[in-house]
Amino acid sequence: MTEHTVRAFTEELEALGADLNRMGGYSEQALSDAITAMARRDAGLARTVIDGDKKIDELQREIERKIMRLLALRQPLGRDLRQTVAALKLAGDLERIGDLAKNIAKRALTIQEFDPIALTRSVERMGKIAVTQLKQILDTFASHEVAGAVSVWMQDEELDEHYNSLFRELLTYMMEDPRMIGPGAHLLFVAKNLERIGDHCTNMAEVIYYLETGEDIGTDRPKAVDPAMPPLPPPNSESSK
Amino acid sequence: MMNTFSQTVSDASPDELISAAQQTTGILPGISAKVRTRDINVFYGAKQALFDVSLDVPDASVTAFIGPSGCGKSTFLRCINRMNDTIDTCKVMGSIQVDGRDVNDKAIDPVVLRASVGMVFQKPNPFPKTIFENVAYGPRIHGIANDKQGLERIVEQSLRKAGLWDEVKDRLHQPGTGLSGGQQQRLVIARAIAVNPEIILMDEPCSALDPIATAKIEELIDELRQNYCIIIVTHSMAQAARVSQRTAFFHMGRLVEAGPTEEIFTNPRDSRTQDYITGRFG
Repeated sequence: MTEHTVRAFTEELEALGADLNRMGGYSEQALSDAITAMARRDAGLARTVIDGDKKIDELQREIERKIMRLLALRQPLGRDLRQTVAALKLAGDLERIGDLAKNIAKRALTIQEFDPIALTRSVERMGKIAVTQLKQILDTFASHEVAGAVSVWMQDEELDEHYNSLFRELLTYMMEDPRMIGPGAHLLFVAKNLERIGDHCTNMAEVIYYLETGEDIGTDRPKAVDPAMPPLPPPNSESSK
Repeated sequence: MMNTFSQTVSDASPDELISAAQQTTGILPGISAKVRTRDINVFYGAKQALFDVSLDVPDASVTAFIGPSGCGKSTFLRCINRMNDTIDTCKVMGSIQVDGRDVNDKAIDPVVLRASVGMVFQKPNPFPKTIFENVAYGPRIHGIANDKQGLERIVEQSLRKAGLWDEVKDRLHQPGTGLSGGQQQRLVIARAIAVNPEIILMDEPCSALDPIATAKIEELIDELRQNYCIIIVTHSMAQAARVSQRTAFFHMGRLVEAGPTEEIFTNPRDSRTQDYITGRFG
């Protein structure tokens, strides 16, 4: 794209993009490390993730400051406006992903006290999918390839299904052996956190799609049924008769 | 159908109306436009200033024309009330209709046309007369009011509509040129309103005004749009965004894109529009 007549404007937008890429890198590293820490029972790594979250939070505040400044001083329009608003939303999603990774790291520290269980591996597999999705969406942001956003947006179902089957598995383990309730509950939260990270990736996919195309991505996304949630009554079940 | 444009609102289905409102070209199918232009080409001597401009302007709304200097937006504006007639070398080709009547029809008196298609310029240009006379002049020569009471009523109403009455009611017989720039611009708008126009053309009406006077004019434009078809040429993108419902972008004598203002400023279709509104050329 050609440059702004006012070069500082181009530079400020580019700086915002660079900050987001950096923030994305930190979040991805935190998530990946949190999962490794849990799988390998690596307390040191878990503490690194927990301490590292501050860096992500600071970066988010910095990005928000830059966006306020940009809106006040440059009044971005068109793609520039979409880019600025998208940056605000993406920074929010990445900050939440950082928090969830930190929470996984905290639980990794707790689970250490228990004997290893096979289920950790299932959670680890789910974690790898979440990392892949996050990586893919960050690549999409950097490369401006809309196809990547659509792909991540469609993939969220995979993570949801993984979560649902893990939920059943963990329940079974906990019912068989009450000593499993402690670590099982923690793993359940880890799985839930991963599922939420998937939701944030989906959000980011929607934001990036709008940023690149100016259109909404749509509403017809395949969705898995959450077994922990009671089914909703059918809409207008009475009046439809 | 031979001409989709002649459809009235009641003929159009809701879907057609929605798609018309979202139309990003200049032509609005399914809605009766106040101003309808087709294939306008304008020449100043040998130099062509406008190329094949076809644009519909709906009534009771504000349409903003934006584009870099020399893009033809003012030339196009001046076609609508035949202001270009006053330039000897200027030749206008194509069809311009106001309420379905061709403005270039021999039977139409440009003076009468300009009463119903009023114009406000960049620099306020009150007559060197009193505030009262500035507003009363038009209605008097057009025979809208002949007796004193009628004239006074029109002057008061017009000044009220222009949001100027309270500021000038005690000095109606002092010279209009003694007012501040913003007040003069509102006086000129009152003068245009006094002859019952249907369309008000504004050529950068705020570019000589400070932000507060600008805000007052914009507030006035927003009120007037209930009853008038307003077209405003502006160099301020922010002003176009604030006051207009539709925006048309001109570049190098061509209409590049027209559409709902919100669309133009968040998701322009044409890369030239994108470059212009984001400050990438100009």
